[in-house]
Amino acid sequence: MKAANTYVGSPVERVEDWRFLRGKGQYIDDYKCEGLWHAAFVRSAIAHGTIRRIDATAALAQPGVHALITAADVPRPIPTIPFRRPNATMDPYAQPVIAADKVRYVGEPVAVVLAASAALAEDALARVVVDIDPLTPIVDWQASEQGRTLLFENTESNLATVFTATCGDAEAAFRAADYVRRETFGVQRQTALPMETRGLLARWNAQTGCLGVSGAAKLPFFNRRALAKMMGLAESAVDYIELDVGGGFGARGEFYPEDFLVAFAARQFGYPIKWIEDRREHLMTIAHAREMHGEIEIACRRDGSIVGLRGTIHVDIGAYMRPNGTTSVRNVAQFLAGPYHVPNIHVESRAVVSNKTPAGTYRGPGRYEGCFFCERMIDLAAGDLGIDRLEIRRRNLLTAADMPYKLPTLVPDDGFGKTACDSGDYRTAFDRCVETSVWHEKRDLVGKLIDGRFHGLGIACFIEGGASGPRENARVEVTADGTVAVYVGSSAIGQGLETVMAQIAADALEIPLECIRVLHGSTHYLREGFGSYGSRATVMGGSAIMLAAKNLLAAFADAAAARLSVPVADLTIAEGVATAPDGRVVTLADIAGGESLVGEGSFSNSKPTYTYGSAIAYVAVDPKTGHVEVLDYVVVDDVGRVINPLTLHGQVTGATVQGLGSVFSEHLPYDADGQLLVGSLADYMVPLATDYPNLRAISMQLYPSPNNPLGAKGAGEGGIIPVGGAISNAIASALGPLGVQPRELPLTPPRLWELINDAGSSATSAQQPT
Amino acid sequence: MKLPSFAYACPATLSEAVALLAAHDGEAKPLAGGQSLMPMMAFRVALPSLLVDLRKIPDLKQIQISDDGVRLGSMVRWRDIEDDVHLAKAHPLLIAAIAHVAHYQIRNRGTVGGSVAHADPAAEMPGVAIACEAEITAVGKGGNRIIKAADFFLGALTTALEPDEIITEIRLPPWPAGRRFAFQEFAQRRGDFAMSGVALYYDPDADGRVGNAHVGVIGVADRPQRLATVEAILNGRTISDATLAAAAEAASAAVDPHDDIHASAAYRRSLTGTLVERALRSAAG
Amino acid sequence: MSIQFEVNGKVVSIAVEPRMTLADCLRHELGLTGTHVGCEHGVCGACTVLVNGDAVRSCLMLAVQAEGSKVVTVEGLSNDQELTALQTSFRKHHALQCGFCTPGMITTAHALLTEEPDCDADRVREVLAGNICRCTGYISIVEAVLDARSAYKKSDGNRP
Repeated sequence: MKAANTYVGSPVERVEDWRFLRGKGQYIDDYKCEGLWHAAFVRSAIAHGTIRRIDATAALAQPGVHALITAADVPRPIPTIPFRRPNATMDPYAQPVIAADKVRYVGEPVAVVLAASAALAEDALARVVVDIDPLTPIVDWQASEQGRTLLFENTESNLATVFTATCGDAEAAFRAADYVRRETFGVQRQTALPMETRGLLARWNAQTGCLGVSGAAKLPFFNRRALAKMMGLAESAVDYIELDVGGGFGARGEFYPEDFLVAFAARQFGYPIKWIEDRREHLMTIAHAREMHGEIEIACRRDGSIVGLRGTIHVDIGAYMRPNGTTSVRNVAQFLAGPYHVPNIHVESRAVVSNKTPAGTYRGPGRYEGCFFCERMIDLAAGDLGIDRLEIRRRNLLTAADMPYKLPTLVPDDGFGKTACDSGDYRTAFDRCVETSVWHEKRDLVGKLIDGRFHGLGIACFIEGGASGPRENARVEVTADGTVAVYVGSSAIGQGLETVMAQIAADALEIPLECIRVLHGSTHYLREGFGSYGSRATVMGGSAIMLAAKNLLAAFADAAAARLSVPVADLTIAEGVATAPDGRVVTLADIAGGESLVGEGSFSNSKPTYTYGSAIAYVAVDPKTGHVEVLDYVVVDDVGRVINPLTLHGQVTGATVQGLGSVFSEHLPYDADGQLLVGSLADYMVPLATDYPNLRAISMQLYPSPNNPLGAKGAGEGGIIPVGGAISNAIASALGPLGVQPRELPLTPPRLWELINDAGSSATSAQQPT
Repeated sequence: MKLPSFAYACPATLSEAVALLAAHDGEAKPLAGGQSLMPMMAFRVALPSLLVDLRKIPDLKQIQISDDGVRLGSMVRWRDIEDDVHLAKAHPLLIAAIAHVAHYQIRNRGTVGGSVAHADPAAEMPGVAIACEAEITAVGKGGNRIIKAADFFLGALTTALEPDEIITEIRLPPWPAGRRFAFQEFAQRRGDFAMSGVALYYDPDADGRVGNAHVGVIGVADRPQRLATVEAILNGRTISDATLAAAAEAASAAVDPHDDIHASAAYRRSLTGTLVERALRSAAG
Repeated sequence: MSIQFEVNGKVVSIAVEPRMTLADCLRHELGLTGTHVGCEHGVCGACTVLVNGDAVRSCLMLAVQAEGSKVVTVEGLSNDQELTALQTSFRKHHALQCGFCTPGMITTAHALLTEEPDCDADRVREVLAGNICRCTGYISIVEAVLDARSAYKKSDGNRP
């Protein structure tokens, strides 16, 4: 990019804000249209059972209730939700779009009520009688692995898939190692909880045979393809329209049963159908995440260099394998070693089904969990070996000399089985983090009881994979008035896409930001698109836009040359103006006024980017209440290239606070009958403004990625990844004198108190952390 | 979570309101601030056939401070208590306790009467009422009656009120000069329901010995409770480390909480002891 | 039931069922979709509006209870020409991402700053603890509200 504009790298205030601040955003529930029917879902109240009977007579007799759909109305075979990355073993575990004979989790859709208003539809739910014969529910991974009760016929186990990550020879390394330690860790079931619940509005045009679905997010193109196939329609007959979206974090945009059922109802009855999920429903049916149990082993030399990592990780994916169900499973295996140089790895990650809500992705899926496992192990090893906790990490972090660093190979290969860390010297972020933190200032207070609280310090280091392929597409079009429309396949989920993409386009075209309008995510904008997930939008969408801009400028040059009757090579193109040697000019608007002026770009990528960083937490633990105050937390990352420091800082801070909620207060527990015990935001406790005021986030751009023209690395998820490790290590160091070693999240005050109580108050032989 | 259907009335007088409640055979409910009732209706666990809005009824919003204590009209909001410049001195324990109630927006609508009638086991106002031996005036079809706090809270979300009765006033006994007090609660986040909470006061004699100890606790039973064994330990003693330890131990032993998804019984028991100790330390100054 | 009340300075008369919340009435009967519904059980604060100057959870109020009141929504705290001082401060500090909680933050902050233009960071955090944000992590929102205090300290009572 020429130096004419410098939007990229500047803290440009967001264009989205104009409408959001005035309450003029357009979220799905803000839409209505004539003749709308409202949908509500009859959901199983039983975790595992056989459906005997559905009787809707009383419901249908209510005024304003129009119709009811059950499996009986859906043509056989009942469609199942496809996988994004299929493999040989998963087919039997796919979810039917509506429960037909069996129900497998509380909340599974059993019927759809259609009524004149959302309130009437909800009223009708209580009048639908559903008889289910209960079967034994499986509610934990041990029972699932044991396999006495199988959730699916035609299977021999509840194991939907296994991923194995290997490099080197782990067995040999462990046999020969100076030091080996084995531990078991657990992360709790939780969920992304965007502030806007899900919603859909589907319209069927019987004349044209076309279906429009509004309320898309994250993966509109994949979802459109899936829906078109399920409904026997050509893709071109289905339009997915993205509006403003109130957060995603990995959970919104999964293909859910409701995505089919609402569309199906629209076609079945010929009326537009609207469904807005309520919050109780949301907690029960949105993708859950992170429930994992890891048996982890580390092998080191006496000097603390890590020679091997092994593990068996059991991932409870809930009742069905859904499109994003494999992501956390494969990530925790492939990225368990995080940013560290570990030459011998063997990790097996096992996805088992259970009678709970199906799991999917949540920011940094599998990475947050893996970082927690690995960083706890490193602290324990450091303690055993008598090595300083900072020093042991610095010794093992990847350096520039290691790049590109091959990460363990993953089998089965889901398209990303082979990947390598692209660039960076991970010690730079580490050093900056240590220097910025209060580590050195406060290290003498570690383990001390001050004013009734134990003080502690913890560190965790991470990598964040981004920019996954295969590609993203963009089209840049100049309109007759000289403004530019940028169409991109990425989706907006609140991350400032419209601004960041506009910055990139404005710099590439050398025109003012105000002249650009970014249109995103809807399937009618582009022939093909991919979406926003895995921290890919800026890199993939941005790079596609750069290519499209380049092609546009080339087309402009050709058209200008023809208009001015000079050879293209003689033209000077700058800031949207083509100047001939004799001074005559032609602008973008001049050309666009006469003919179409378009550039298309497609950026393909098979090499993900890896942002890397470190985080340090300083905590005070009240042993009597179990309350932990985060006195200071600093996270430093190197994102390769900063497009907008304002929005980037927002992403890292927001992700960090989500991570703190994960560590301290968020939990979706089930009872032995498979009943979810949390049904409201009073019980699902996310951070509030008073909880974590002492956070600092610093982003650097030291080592650009060689894998894309921007040099940028995906950075939307990094903030969340190290939180579990940094905080639990800090708490362990604080409670060193009591011998408390956290191994299970969350560390709510009552749970931490139990650990403290169980450990007793006598100092143990545990090594004092340094 | 749309609300279920119901009829709505907004009577201009108390007797009309009582008559409406009486006529609906237990299926009607008074509506004050709605901050507790409305969520229950949104979850469809409360399904009244009629809501009787109390907002137009006169004389329910006064705050009176006099020789017989503090009288709070049942429709007094948390916000009104905050705004009253005299209450900080007239009843500092009330002020300390209600500082923990919910959040800013809820405090603009939630009422004293509503909280007491709703009787959530972890709510602060019922805790203050029990600790301070408040008197609750209720008006029903049979006329007025005064119910002592100790007789008022019968269980979780259950009170001595008849279906036709409306609370009109809560009286807290007078607060003497020299009284020591504290309110301590522990919740996971600001504004959440307490996992345990302690409201206490005592009147020290000239030698600093505790007299007239009143120790109330919330969040550890199906209703707020007075801890008589703790009070017995405190009365006649000075506040020392030994007294505090004994009081804390007695408090833990005196309560019998249940396990729930947020905390174990053992935790709540221990927490109660800790909070009693911290409250006493704070009260003693 | 027929009710009449003032919304953003205009008197409206409408017929609603008793069970309609003020939030749904504003959104669906009056087309003021700036007020958002995030939970419908009084926890998240996205639905906050001002009723007679007080910030309240409009999902916990019945529309019929608004009879005779003055209601102000985020639309009533905005104009088409430019951003207000509070909105400008939010934008400057990047105090919003997805925008869903934002109207509730704006109305709450406006109520707080109107009454307490000298509030400190602890007070701002305490008040905003009644509004859940999942995107920002709150720090930028607190900064934005603090930065807007000067606009509310005008002694001539000119409300921005």
